[in-house]
Amino acid sequence: MEVKSIQETEEEIINEFSYFDDWMDKYNFLIEMGKSIPSIDTQYKVENNLIKGCQSRVWLHATLEDGRINFTADSDAVITKGIANLLIRVMNQQTPDDILSAEFTFVDKIGLKEHLSPTRSNGLMAMLKQMKLYALAFKTKTEQAK
Amino acid sequence: MQEFNIHKIREDFPIIKREVYNKPLVYFDNAATTQKPQTVIDAIVRYYSEDNSNIHRGVHYLSQISTLAFEDTRKNFQEYINAKHHYELIFTKGTTDAINLVANSYGKVFVNEGDEVIISALEHHSNLVPWQNLCEQKKARLRIIPVNENGEIIFDEFVNLLNERTKLVSVAHVSNALGTVNPIKKIIDKAHEFNVPVLIDGAQGLAHYKIDVQELDCDFYAFSGHKFYAPMGVGMLYGKEEWLNKMVPYQFGGEMVDQVSFEKTSYNELPFKFEAGTPNVDAVIGMNAALEYVKDIGVENIAAYESELLSYATGELSKIEGVRIIGTAREKASVLSFLIGDIHPYDAGMIIDRLGIAVRTGHHCAQPILDSFNIPGTVRASFAVYNTKEEINRLVQAVIQVKNMFE
Ligand SMILES: Cc1ncc(COP(=O)(O)O)c(C=O)c1O
Repeated sequence: MEVKSIQETEEEIINEFSYFDDWMDKYNFLIEMGKSIPSIDTQYKVENNLIKGCQSRVWLHATLEDGRINFTADSDAVITKGIANLLIRVMNQQTPDDILSAEFTFVDKIGLKEHLSPTRSNGLMAMLKQMKLYALAFKTKTEQAK
Repeated sequence: MQEFNIHKIREDFPIIKREVYNKPLVYFDNAATTQKPQTVIDAIVRYYSEDNSNIHRGVHYLSQISTLAFEDTRKNFQEYINAKHHYELIFTKGTTDAINLVANSYGKVFVNEGDEVIISALEHHSNLVPWQNLCEQKKARLRIIPVNENGEIIFDEFVNLLNERTKLVSVAHVSNALGTVNPIKKIIDKAHEFNVPVLIDGAQGLAHYKIDVQELDCDFYAFSGHKFYAPMGVGMLYGKEEWLNKMVPYQFGGEMVDQVSFEKTSYNELPFKFEAGTPNVDAVIGMNAALEYVKDIGVENIAAYESELLSYATGELSKIEGVRIIGTAREKASVLSFLIGDIHPYDAGMIIDRLGIAVRTGHHCAQPILDSFNIPGTVRASFAVYNTKEEINRLVQAVIQVKNMFE
Protein backbone atom coordinates (compact mmCIF):
# COMPACT_ATOMS: atom_id res chain seq x y z
CA MET A 1 0.00 0.00 0.00
CA GLU A 2 1.29 3.42 -0.95
CA VAL A 3 1.81 5.49 2.20
CA LYS A 4 0.72 9.11 2.04
CA SER A 5 3.33 11.62 3.12
CA ILE A 6 2.81 13.69 6.26
CA GLN A 7 2.08 16.67 4.08
CA GLU A 8 -0.47 14.82 1.99
CA THR A 9 -2.41 13.70 5.06
CA GLU A 10 -2.23 17.23 6.45
CA GLU A 11 -3.71 18.58 3.21
CA GLU A 12 -6.41 15.94 3.37
CA ILE A 13 -7.39 16.95 6.91
CA ILE A 14 -7.33 20.65 6.07
CA ASN A 15 -9.64 19.89 3.18
CA GLU A 16 -12.03 17.92 5.37
CA PHE A 17 -12.17 20.73 7.91
CA SER A 18 -12.85 23.31 5.24
CA TYR A 19 -16.38 21.93 4.87
CA PHE A 20 -17.26 22.72 8.46
CA ASP A 21 -19.14 25.96 8.95
CA ASP A 22 -18.96 26.25 12.66
CA TRP A 23 -17.18 25.00 15.72
CA MET A 24 -19.94 22.50 16.52
CA ASP A 25 -19.21 20.58 13.33
CA LYS A 26 -15.52 20.53 14.15
CA TYR A 27 -16.13 19.21 17.63
CA ASN A 28 -18.58 16.61 16.35
CA PHE A 29 -15.95 15.52 13.86
CA LEU A 30 -13.36 15.25 16.64
CA ILE A 31 -15.81 13.23 18.72
CA GLU A 32 -16.21 10.83 15.77
CA MET A 33 -12.44 10.70 15.29
CA GLY A 34 -12.12 9.83 18.95
CA LYS A 35 -14.21 6.74 18.48
CA SER A 36 -11.97 5.31 15.76
CA ILE A 37 -8.62 5.83 17.46
CA PRO A 38 -6.10 2.95 17.07
CA SER A 39 -6.63 1.64 20.55
CA ILE A 40 -3.74 1.16 22.90
CA ASP A 41 -3.35 -2.39 24.17
CA THR A 42 -4.45 -2.54 27.82
CA GLN A 43 -1.01 -3.79 28.87
CA TYR A 44 0.41 -0.40 27.78
CA LYS A 45 -2.30 1.62 29.51
CA VAL A 46 -0.04 2.22 32.46
CA GLU A 47 1.16 5.15 34.51
CA ASN A 48 4.43 5.21 32.59
CA ASN A 49 2.69 5.87 29.28
CA LEU A 50 0.55 8.73 30.62
CA ILE A 51 1.31 12.08 29.08
CA LYS A 52 1.81 14.79 31.67
CA GLY A 53 0.24 18.19 31.22
CA CYS A 54 -3.24 17.14 30.21
CA GLN A 55 -6.40 17.77 32.19
CA SER A 56 -7.68 14.47 30.91
CA ARG A 57 -5.56 11.35 30.96
CA VAL A 58 -3.86 10.38 27.71
CA TRP A 59 -1.91 7.17 27.22
CA LEU A 60 0.41 6.84 24.25
CA HIS A 61 2.39 3.89 22.99
CA ALA A 62 4.60 3.48 19.92
CA THR A 63 6.28 0.67 18.03
CA LEU A 64 8.72 0.66 15.13
CA GLU A 65 8.30 -1.80 12.29
CA ASP A 66 10.36 -1.77 9.09
CA GLY A 67 11.57 1.68 9.99
CA ARG A 68 8.08 3.09 10.36
CA ILE A 69 6.31 4.22 13.49
CA ASN A 70 2.92 3.08 14.73
CA PHE A 71 1.21 4.93 17.52
CA THR A 72 -1.69 3.70 19.61
CA ALA A 73 -3.40 5.82 22.26
CA ASP A 74 -6.39 6.32 24.49
CA SER A 75 -7.87 9.07 26.64
CA ASP A 76 -10.71 9.31 29.12
CA ALA A 77 -11.95 12.46 27.36
CA VAL A 78 -13.47 12.02 23.92
CA ILE A 79 -12.37 15.30 22.35
CA THR A 80 -8.82 14.71 23.52
CA LYS A 81 -9.01 11.26 21.98
CA GLY A 82 -10.15 12.81 18.72
CA ILE A 83 -7.25 15.22 18.69
CA ALA A 84 -4.86 12.38 19.49
CA ASN A 85 -6.27 10.39 16.60
CA LEU A 86 -5.80 13.32 14.22
CA LEU A 87 -2.12 13.40 15.15
CA ILE A 88 -1.86 9.62 14.84
CA ARG A 89 -3.48 9.71 11.42
CA VAL A 90 -0.79 12.10 10.23
CA MET A 91 2.11 10.29 11.83
CA ASN A 92 1.43 6.58 11.59
CA GLN A 93 3.51 4.69 9.04
CA GLN A 94 5.97 7.55 8.82
CA THR A 95 9.69 7.31 9.51
CA PRO A 96 11.22 8.82 12.63
CA ASP A 97 13.15 11.26 10.43
CA ASP A 98 10.04 12.54 8.70
CA ILE A 99 8.22 12.98 12.01
CA LEU A 100 11.16 14.83 13.49
CA SER A 101 11.40 17.28 10.62
CA ALA A 102 7.65 17.90 10.25
CA GLU A 103 6.09 21.09 11.64
CA PHE A 104 2.48 19.96 11.67
CA THR A 105 1.12 23.30 10.56
CA PHE A 106 -2.28 21.74 9.89
CA VAL A 107 -3.15 22.16 13.55
CA ASP A 108 -3.15 25.92 13.04
CA LYS A 109 -4.87 25.75 9.72
CA ILE A 110 -7.88 23.76 10.88
CA GLY A 111 -8.54 26.24 13.64
CA LEU A 112 -7.28 24.18 16.52
CA LYS A 113 -4.53 26.69 17.11
CA GLU A 114 -6.08 27.63 20.42
CA HIS A 115 -5.22 24.13 21.60
CA LEU A 116 -1.57 24.56 20.81
CA SER A 117 -1.00 27.15 23.45
CA PRO A 118 0.82 25.59 26.37
CA THR A 119 -1.71 27.04 28.78
CA ARG A 120 -4.49 24.94 27.29
CA SER A 121 -4.58 21.88 29.39
CA ASN A 122 -5.85 19.46 26.78
CA GLY A 123 -2.27 18.63 26.13
CA LEU A 124 -2.13 18.79 22.34
CA MET A 125 1.28 20.33 22.79
CA ALA A 126 2.31 17.61 25.22
CA MET A 127 1.10 14.91 22.84
CA LEU A 128 3.03 16.35 19.91
CA LYS A 129 6.15 16.58 22.01
CA GLN A 130 5.81 13.03 23.28
CA MET A 131 5.33 11.71 19.74
CA LYS A 132 8.46 13.48 18.57
CA LEU A 133 10.32 12.08 21.58
CA TYR A 134 9.31 8.57 20.52
CA ALA A 135 10.56 9.30 17.01
CA LEU A 136 13.86 10.57 18.39
CA ALA A 137 14.26 7.51 20.60
CA PHE A 138 13.65 5.15 17.66
CA LYS A 139 16.03 7.09 15.47
CA THR A 140 18.78 6.97 18.08
CA LYS A 141 18.25 3.28 18.69
CA THR A 142 18.34 2.44 14.99
CA GLU A 143 21.52 4.42 14.47
CA GLN A 144 23.22 2.76 17.42
CA ALA A 145 22.30 -0.66 16.04
CA LYS A 146 24.03 0.12 12.72
CA MET B 1 -26.96 50.10 52.52
CA GLN B 2 -28.52 50.36 49.10
CA GLU B 3 -31.46 48.29 47.96
CA PHE B 4 -30.45 45.10 46.14
CA ASN B 5 -30.80 45.96 42.49
CA ILE B 6 -29.37 43.36 40.15
CA HIS B 7 -29.57 45.62 37.09
CA LYS B 8 -27.56 48.29 38.76
CA ILE B 9 -25.09 45.74 40.09
CA ARG B 10 -24.52 44.35 36.61
CA GLU B 11 -23.87 47.86 35.39
CA ASP B 12 -21.12 48.15 37.99
CA PHE B 13 -19.04 45.38 36.37
CA PRO B 14 -17.81 46.44 32.94
CA ILE B 15 -16.57 42.98 31.93
CA ILE B 16 -20.09 41.56 32.21
CA LYS B 17 -20.99 43.33 28.98
CA ARG B 18 -18.34 41.66 26.88
CA GLU B 19 -18.87 38.82 24.48
CA VAL B 20 -16.91 35.63 23.96
CA TYR B 21 -17.29 33.63 20.74
CA ASN B 22 -19.92 36.19 19.71
CA LYS B 23 -22.11 35.36 22.67
CA PRO B 24 -22.75 37.41 25.78
CA LEU B 25 -20.33 36.20 28.44
CA VAL B 26 -21.72 34.20 31.32
CA TYR B 27 -19.09 34.21 34.04
CA PHE B 28 -19.53 31.29 36.43
CA ASP B 29 -15.93 30.91 37.57
CA ASN B 30 -16.21 33.15 40.58
CA ALA B 31 -14.65 30.69 43.00
CA ALA B 32 -11.46 31.03 40.94
CA THR B 33 -11.64 34.81 40.90
CA THR B 34 -14.44 37.36 40.88
CA GLN B 35 -14.79 40.22 38.44
CA LYS B 36 -14.05 43.77 39.59
CA PRO B 37 -16.52 46.63 39.85
CA GLN B 38 -15.71 49.93 38.14
CA THR B 39 -14.99 51.57 41.51
CA VAL B 40 -12.13 49.13 42.10
CA ILE B 41 -10.74 49.66 38.62
CA ASP B 42 -11.04 53.44 39.08
CA ALA B 43 -9.27 53.32 42.43
CA ILE B 44 -6.24 51.67 40.83
CA VAL B 45 -6.17 54.08 37.92
CA ARG B 46 -6.52 57.01 40.28
CA TYR B 47 -3.73 55.72 42.47
CA TYR B 48 -1.28 55.52 39.58
CA SER B 49 -2.49 58.74 38.00
CA GLU B 50 -2.37 60.83 41.14
CA ASP B 51 -0.84 59.26 44.23
CA ASN B 52 1.76 56.64 43.31
CA SER B 53 4.59 56.61 45.80
CA ASN B 54 6.35 54.12 48.03
CA ILE B 55 4.90 53.88 51.50
CA HIS B 56 6.18 54.14 55.08
CA ARG B 57 9.45 55.68 53.88
CA GLY B 58 9.28 59.16 52.50
CA VAL B 59 8.32 62.26 54.40
CA HIS B 60 7.19 63.76 51.14
CA TYR B 61 3.56 64.49 50.42
CA LEU B 62 2.76 61.63 48.04
CA SER B 63 4.42 59.06 50.24
CA GLN B 64 2.35 60.27 53.14
CA ILE B 65 -0.98 60.07 51.39
CA SER B 66 -0.13 56.65 49.92
CA THR B 67 0.82 55.42 53.37
CA LEU B 68 -2.40 56.79 54.80
CA ALA B 69 -4.51 55.09 52.13
CA PHE B 70 -2.64 51.84 52.68
CA GLU B 71 -3.06 51.93 56.45
CA ASP B 72 -6.68 53.01 56.08
CA THR B 73 -7.34 49.78 54.23
CA ARG B 74 -5.89 47.83 57.12
CA LYS B 75 -8.11 49.72 59.57
CA ASN B 76 -11.20 49.28 57.43
CA PHE B 77 -10.66 45.54 57.27
CA GLN B 78 -9.96 45.46 60.99
CA GLU B 79 -13.33 47.04 61.56
CA TYR B 80 -15.01 44.82 58.98
CA ILE B 81 -13.85 41.52 60.46
CA ASN B 82 -13.97 42.97 63.96
CA ALA B 83 -10.35 42.35 64.92
CA LYS B 84 -9.23 43.80 68.24
CA HIS B 85 -6.22 45.60 66.77
CA HIS B 86 -5.29 46.86 63.32
CA TYR B 87 -1.81 45.38 63.68
CA GLU B 88 -3.34 41.90 63.83
CA LEU B 89 -3.91 42.16 60.08
CA ILE B 90 -0.93 41.41 57.87
CA PHE B 91 -0.96 42.20 54.17
CA THR B 92 0.02 39.21 52.05
CA LYS B 93 -0.10 38.26 48.39
CA GLY B 94 -3.20 36.20 49.08
CA THR B 95 -4.44 33.16 50.93
CA THR B 96 -1.59 30.91 49.81
CA ASP B 97 0.95 33.45 50.97
CA ALA B 98 -0.86 33.88 54.30
CA ILE B 99 -0.94 30.14 54.97
CA ASN B 100 2.73 29.82 54.05
CA LEU B 101 3.49 32.61 56.49
CA VAL B 102 1.86 30.69 59.32
CA ALA B 103 3.37 27.36 58.26
CA ASN B 104 6.82 28.92 58.39
CA SER B 105 6.59 31.47 61.18
CA TYR B 106 4.37 29.51 63.53
CA GLY B 107 5.71 26.14 62.42
CA LYS B 108 9.30 27.11 63.14
CA VAL B 109 8.55 27.95 66.75
CA PHE B 110 5.75 25.60 67.71
CA VAL B 111 5.89 22.44 65.62
CA ASN B 112 8.52 19.85 66.52
CA GLU B 113 9.29 16.21 65.96
CA GLY B 114 6.36 13.97 66.86
CA ASP B 115 3.85 16.84 66.86
CA GLU B 116 0.71 16.80 64.77
CA VAL B 117 -1.10 19.23 62.48
CA ILE B 118 -4.74 18.59 61.54
CA ILE B 119 -6.33 19.56 58.23
CA SER B 120 -9.41 18.18 56.48
CA ALA B 121 -9.78 16.02 53.41
CA LEU B 122 -11.52 18.95 51.69
CA GLU B 123 -8.60 21.32 51.56
CA HIS B 124 -7.34 23.28 48.59
CA HIS B 125 -3.73 22.39 47.80
CA SER B 126 -2.80 25.75 49.35
CA ASN B 127 -3.97 24.53 52.72
CA LEU B 128 -2.42 21.11 52.30
CA VAL B 129 1.01 21.33 50.70
CA PRO B 130 2.49 23.93 53.13
CA TRP B 131 1.55 21.67 56.06
CA GLN B 132 2.81 18.56 54.30
CA ASN B 133 6.10 20.32 53.75
CA LEU B 134 6.31 21.58 57.34
CA CYS B 135 5.58 18.13 58.72
CA GLU B 136 8.20 16.59 56.47
CA GLN B 137 10.82 19.08 57.62
CA LYS B 138 9.97 18.75 61.29
CA LYS B 139 9.24 15.03 61.29
CA ALA B 140 5.76 15.90 62.45
CA ARG B 141 2.59 14.15 61.40
CA LEU B 142 -0.20 15.50 59.21
CA ARG B 143 -3.61 14.19 60.26
CA ILE B 144 -6.61 14.38 57.94
CA ILE B 145 -10.22 14.78 59.05
CA PRO B 146 -12.28 12.51 56.80
CA VAL B 147 -15.36 13.63 54.92
CA ASN B 148 -18.69 11.83 54.41
CA GLU B 149 -20.37 11.07 51.08
CA ASN B 150 -22.09 14.47 51.07
CA GLY B 151 -18.75 16.22 51.35
CA GLU B 152 -19.11 17.18 55.02
CA ILE B 153 -16.39 16.94 57.63
CA ILE B 154 -17.08 14.11 60.08
CA PHE B 155 -16.93 16.06 63.32
CA ASP B 156 -16.54 13.07 65.63
CA GLU B 157 -13.50 11.93 63.67
CA PHE B 158 -12.04 15.40 64.12
CA VAL B 159 -12.52 15.18 67.86
CA ASN B 160 -10.79 11.79 67.85
CA LEU B 161 -7.76 13.28 66.11
CA LEU B 162 -7.20 15.98 68.73
CA ASN B 163 -4.60 15.13 71.35
CA GLU B 164 -1.78 16.67 73.36
CA ARG B 165 0.59 16.46 70.36
CA THR B 166 -1.74 18.53 68.15
CA LYS B 167 -0.13 21.90 67.45
CA LEU B 168 -2.52 23.41 64.92
CA VAL B 169 -5.81 22.84 63.13
CA SER B 170 -6.16 24.38 59.68
CA VAL B 171 -9.44 24.05 57.78
CA ALA B 172 -11.31 25.82 55.02
CA HIS B 173 -14.27 28.00 55.85
CA VAL B 174 -15.83 26.95 52.52
CA SER B 175 -14.65 24.17 50.19
CA ASN B 176 -13.85 25.56 46.76
CA ALA B 177 -14.42 22.18 45.10
CA LEU B 178 -17.73 21.19 46.66
CA GLY B 179 -19.11 24.33 48.27
CA THR B 180 -19.38 22.74 51.71
CA VAL B 181 -19.52 25.29 54.52
CA ASN B 182 -17.60 23.83 57.43
CA PRO B 183 -18.81 24.20 61.04
CA ILE B 184 -15.85 26.40 61.86
CA LYS B 185 -17.20 27.76 65.13
CA LYS B 186 -17.66 24.24 66.44
CA ILE B 187 -14.21 23.23 65.24
CA ILE B 188 -12.57 26.24 66.85
CA ASP B 189 -14.32 25.73 70.19
CA LYS B 190 -13.42 22.04 70.29
CA ALA B 191 -9.77 22.67 69.39
CA HIS B 192 -9.54 25.34 72.07
CA GLU B 193 -10.61 22.78 74.67
CA PHE B 194 -7.26 21.17 73.84
CA ASN B 195 -5.51 24.57 73.74
CA VAL B 196 -4.88 24.12 70.03
CA PRO B 197 -5.00 27.20 67.79
CA VAL B 198 -7.06 27.16 64.59
CA LEU B 199 -6.39 28.68 61.20
CA ILE B 200 -9.35 29.24 58.92
CA ASP B 201 -8.68 29.31 55.18
CA GLY B 202 -11.22 31.98 54.29
CA ALA B 203 -10.44 32.21 50.57
CA GLN B 204 -14.02 31.18 49.77
CA GLY B 205 -15.52 32.61 52.93
CA LEU B 206 -15.06 36.35 53.00
CA ALA B 207 -17.11 37.17 49.90
CA HIS B 208 -20.14 35.27 51.18
CA TYR B 209 -20.19 35.57 54.94
CA LYS B 210 -19.87 38.26 57.54
CA ILE B 211 -16.73 37.42 59.45
CA ASP B 212 -16.32 38.37 63.09
CA VAL B 213 -12.95 37.01 64.18
CA GLN B 214 -13.58 37.78 67.85
CA GLU B 215 -16.90 36.01 67.90
CA LEU B 216 -15.43 33.07 65.97
CA ASP B 217 -12.42 33.24 68.25
CA CYS B 218 -10.25 31.86 65.43
CA ASP B 219 -6.52 32.29 65.88
CA PHE B 220 -5.84 32.95 62.20
CA TYR B 221 -8.06 33.81 59.25
CA ALA B 222 -6.56 33.98 55.76
CA PHE B 223 -8.16 35.42 52.63
CA SER B 224 -7.46 36.66 49.10
CA GLY B 225 -8.67 39.98 47.75
CA HIS B 226 -9.28 38.70 44.24
CA LYS B 227 -12.11 36.40 45.32
CA PHE B 228 -13.74 39.39 47.02
CA TYR B 229 -14.10 41.71 43.98
CA ALA B 230 -10.63 43.14 44.67
CA PRO B 231 -7.45 42.98 42.54
CA MET B 232 -5.15 40.01 42.35
CA GLY B 233 -1.93 39.74 44.29
CA VAL B 234 -3.21 40.96 47.64
CA GLY B 235 -4.80 39.32 50.61
CA MET B 236 -4.58 39.27 54.37
CA LEU B 237 -3.69 37.19 57.32
CA TYR B 238 -5.53 37.95 60.50
CA GLY B 239 -3.73 36.56 63.53
CA LYS B 240 -4.28 37.02 67.23
CA GLU B 241 -1.68 39.35 68.69
CA GLU B 242 -0.49 36.78 71.22
CA TRP B 243 0.41 34.34 68.43
CA LEU B 244 1.85 36.87 66.02
CA ASN B 245 4.14 38.19 68.74
CA LYS B 246 5.49 34.74 69.46
CA MET B 247 6.06 33.93 65.79
CA VAL B 248 9.32 34.66 63.97
CA PRO B 249 9.52 36.36 60.59
CA TYR B 250 10.37 34.14 57.64
CA GLN B 251 10.88 36.79 54.99
CA PHE B 252 13.56 39.34 55.57
CA GLY B 253 14.43 42.67 54.02
CA GLY B 254 13.33 46.26 54.11
CA GLU B 255 10.42 47.57 56.16
CA MET B 256 10.29 44.60 58.55
CA VAL B 257 13.36 45.73 60.48
CA ASP B 258 13.95 48.08 63.38
CA GLN B 259 17.72 48.53 63.71
CA VAL B 260 20.16 47.06 61.24
CA SER B 261 23.90 46.66 61.55
CA PHE B 262 26.20 44.07 60.05
CA GLU B 263 26.29 42.26 63.37
CA LYS B 264 22.65 42.21 64.32
CA THR B 265 19.23 43.24 63.15
CA SER B 266 16.25 43.77 65.39
CA TYR B 267 12.81 43.38 63.92
CA ASN B 268 10.07 45.93 63.58
CA GLU B 269 6.86 45.59 65.57
CA LEU B 270 3.58 44.15 64.31
CA PRO B 271 2.34 44.17 61.63
CA PHE B 272 5.51 45.27 59.84
CA LYS B 273 7.65 42.42 61.08
CA PHE B 274 5.77 40.19 58.65
CA GLU B 275 5.65 42.65 55.75
CA ALA B 276 9.10 42.57 54.18
CA GLY B 277 9.61 44.55 51.00
CA THR B 278 7.43 46.95 49.04
CA PRO B 279 3.83 45.74 49.10
CA ASN B 280 1.28 45.72 46.30
CA VAL B 281 -0.02 49.19 47.18
CA ASP B 282 -2.33 49.67 44.20
CA ALA B 283 -4.00 46.32 44.88
CA VAL B 284 -4.40 47.20 48.56
CA ILE B 285 -6.11 50.42 47.58
CA GLY B 286 -8.26 48.49 45.13
CA MET B 287 -9.15 46.10 47.92
CA ASN B 288 -10.33 49.03 50.01
CA ALA B 289 -12.68 50.03 47.19
CA ALA B 290 -13.91 46.43 46.96
CA LEU B 291 -14.69 46.47 50.67
CA GLU B 292 -16.66 49.70 50.25
CA TYR B 293 -18.54 48.05 47.39
CA VAL B 294 -19.45 44.95 49.40
CA LYS B 295 -20.43 47.00 52.45
CA ASP B 296 -22.68 49.15 50.26
CA ILE B 297 -24.67 46.16 49.07
CA GLY B 298 -24.33 44.27 52.35
CA VAL B 299 -22.72 40.85 52.45
CA GLU B 300 -25.92 39.41 53.96
CA ASN B 301 -27.83 40.57 50.89
CA ILE B 302 -25.17 39.13 48.62
CA ALA B 303 -25.31 35.81 50.46
CA ALA B 304 -29.11 35.65 50.32
CA TYR B 305 -29.13 36.38 46.60
CA GLU B 306 -26.40 33.84 45.84
CA SER B 307 -28.17 31.24 47.90
CA GLU B 308 -31.27 31.78 45.75
CA LEU B 309 -29.13 31.30 42.62
CA LEU B 310 -27.59 28.15 44.07
CA SER B 311 -30.91 26.50 44.85
CA TYR B 312 -32.33 27.51 41.48
CA ALA B 313 -29.31 26.08 39.63
CA THR B 314 -29.29 22.92 41.75
CA GLY B 315 -32.98 22.37 41.03
CA GLU B 316 -32.77 23.06 37.29
CA LEU B 317 -29.65 20.98 36.70
CA SER B 318 -31.01 18.10 38.76
CA LYS B 319 -33.98 17.90 36.40
CA ILE B 320 -31.66 16.86 33.58
CA GLU B 321 -31.35 13.10 33.43
CA GLY B 322 -27.89 11.88 34.26
CA VAL B 323 -26.69 15.04 36.01
CA ARG B 324 -25.02 14.25 39.29
CA ILE B 325 -24.30 16.95 41.86
CA ILE B 326 -20.99 16.34 43.65
CA GLY B 327 -21.07 17.82 47.13
CA THR B 328 -24.47 17.75 48.74
CA ALA B 329 -23.70 19.19 52.14
CA ARG B 330 -26.60 20.64 54.10
CA GLU B 331 -24.88 24.00 54.24
CA LYS B 332 -23.32 25.13 50.97
CA ALA B 333 -21.96 28.36 49.55
CA SER B 334 -22.55 29.32 45.93
CA VAL B 335 -20.46 26.55 44.38
CA LEU B 336 -22.09 23.88 42.25
CA SER B 337 -19.92 20.96 41.18
CA PHE B 338 -21.48 18.37 38.90
CA LEU B 339 -20.99 15.64 36.34
CA ILE B 340 -23.10 14.88 33.29
CA GLY B 341 -23.54 11.11 32.98
CA ASP B 342 -20.22 9.55 32.13
CA ILE B 343 -19.06 12.51 30.11
CA HIS B 344 -15.58 13.65 31.06
CA PRO B 345 -15.68 17.08 32.69
CA TYR B 346 -13.06 18.25 30.25
CA ASP B 347 -15.22 17.34 27.24
CA ALA B 348 -18.20 19.06 28.84
CA GLY B 349 -16.14 22.13 29.69
CA MET B 350 -14.91 22.55 26.11
CA ILE B 351 -18.44 22.70 24.76
CA ILE B 352 -19.80 24.88 27.57
CA ASP B 353 -16.93 27.28 26.94
CA ARG B 354 -17.79 27.53 23.26
CA LEU B 355 -21.32 28.47 24.26
CA GLY B 356 -19.93 31.54 26.01
CA ILE B 357 -20.08 30.22 29.55
CA ALA B 358 -16.99 30.28 31.76
CA VAL B 359 -16.99 27.30 34.12
CA ARG B 360 -14.09 25.51 35.72
CA THR B 361 -13.34 21.88 34.96
CA GLY B 362 -10.95 19.48 36.63
CA HIS B 363 -9.97 18.90 40.21
CA HIS B 364 -10.01 22.57 41.29
CA CYS B 365 -6.67 22.29 43.10
CA ALA B 366 -8.29 19.92 45.56
CA GLN B 367 -7.26 16.63 44.03
CA PRO B 368 -7.51 14.41 47.12
CA ILE B 369 -11.19 15.11 47.76
CA LEU B 370 -12.19 14.40 44.15
CA ASP B 371 -10.05 11.26 44.12
CA SER B 372 -11.99 10.12 47.17
CA PHE B 373 -15.22 10.43 45.18
CA ASN B 374 -13.53 8.30 42.51
CA ILE B 375 -14.14 10.83 39.75
CA PRO B 376 -11.71 12.53 37.35
CA GLY B 377 -12.92 15.98 38.37
CA THR B 378 -16.11 17.96 37.99
CA VAL B 379 -17.63 20.83 36.09
CA ARG B 380 -17.95 23.67 38.56
CA ALA B 381 -20.22 26.67 38.32
CA SER B 382 -19.74 29.22 41.08
CA PHE B 383 -21.91 32.27 41.46
CA ALA B 384 -21.34 35.87 42.48
CA VAL B 385 -23.46 38.93 43.13
CA TYR B 386 -23.82 39.85 39.43
CA ASN B 387 -25.06 36.47 38.16
CA THR B 388 -28.70 35.85 37.24
CA LYS B 389 -31.23 33.08 36.78
CA GLU B 390 -31.27 33.82 33.04
CA GLU B 391 -27.58 32.97 32.97
CA ILE B 392 -28.29 29.75 34.82
CA ASN B 393 -30.88 28.92 32.16
CA ARG B 394 -28.15 29.26 29.57
CA LEU B 395 -25.99 26.83 31.52
CA VAL B 396 -28.88 24.38 31.64
CA GLN B 397 -29.27 24.63 27.84
CA ALA B 398 -25.53 24.13 27.44
CA VAL B 399 -25.60 20.99 29.58
CA ILE B 400 -28.43 19.59 27.45
CA GLN B 401 -26.38 20.32 24.34
CA VAL B 402 -23.37 18.54 25.84
CA LYS B 403 -25.54 15.51 26.50
CA ASN B 404 -26.77 15.51 22.91
CA MET B 405 -23.26 15.69 21.55
CA PHE B 406 -21.65 13.01 23.66
CA GLU B 407 -24.41 10.52 24.35
C1 LIG C 1 -10.29 27.26 49.61
C2 LIG C 1 -9.13 27.94 48.95
N1 LIG C 1 -7.99 28.08 49.63
C3 LIG C 1 -6.92 28.71 49.10
C4 LIG C 1 -6.95 29.22 47.83
C5 LIG C 1 -5.73 29.89 47.28
O1 LIG C 1 -5.98 31.24 47.07
P1 LIG C 1 -4.90 32.15 46.32
O2 LIG C 1 -4.57 31.42 45.05
O3 LIG C 1 -5.61 33.42 46.09
O4 LIG C 1 -3.73 32.29 47.21
C6 LIG C 1 -8.11 29.09 47.07
C7 LIG C 1 -8.15 29.58 45.68
O5 LIG C 1 -8.68 28.96 44.79
C8 LIG C 1 -9.23 28.43 47.66
O6 LIG C 1 -10.36 28.30 46.97
